[in-house]
Amino acid sequence: MTITVAGEKKEYKDGLTLPELIEAENVETPEYVTVSINDEFILTENKATTVLNEGDSVEFLYFMGGGQ
Amino acid sequence: MIIRIDYKLYDELAAYAREHLPEEACGLIAGTEEDGERLIKKVYFLENIDHANDHFTLDPREQMEAIKDMRSLGLKPLGNWHSHPESPSRPSVEDIKLAFDSKASYMILSLMSKEAVFNSFHIENGEVTKEDLRIISEEYYY
Repeated sequence: MTITVAGEKKEYKDGLTLPELIEAENVETPEYVTVSINDEFILTENKATTVLNEGDSVEFLYFMGGGQ
Repeated sequence: MIIRIDYKLYDELAAYAREHLPEEACGLIAGTEEDGERLIKKVYFLENIDHANDHFTLDPREQMEAIKDMRSLGLKPLGNWHSHPESPSRPSVEDIKLAFDSKASYMILSLMSKEAVFNSFHIENGEVTKEDLRIISEEYYY
């Protein structure tokens, strides 16, 4: 199937899970990454069971914050 | 890493940060990257959802909108920036701890003294490296 990851079209196997995609994309510190699929944020508790579908658009957003 | 920003964009960023005192101001940067050199072409001004003078957090939804805008303009996300109203232009312990994206440039504008100080850093596994930030113009490009 074809999905879009961070704006780039990519081919992945059907039934790909979100954890498999995170591993395949070498996402650093995934526990601090917010994932959106088709503009919907995935709740942390749903990350492990989320399955990607043909045409999905996935974004990985790093938590960005700090203090002085 | 050489990272360049036009003085007009820098002035805009510094003015925005001053307008938001006493809170920390923050946002994203986007541009191009070639041969290990970055050129900032757009600065995004995002809400500091902490609304604090000693802390900032970007709103993920605004972050996503900004990234989509970057893509539509053919720009690459290059990192983020934030201001330090009362401390130097260097990553704090918390900045280092919360720097999860080693591909990002982390830019910090200090407003603690009369003259603003702006620096950019690479942060990876808790190690901080200062980047070669150059504020440029068409006439003074180096």
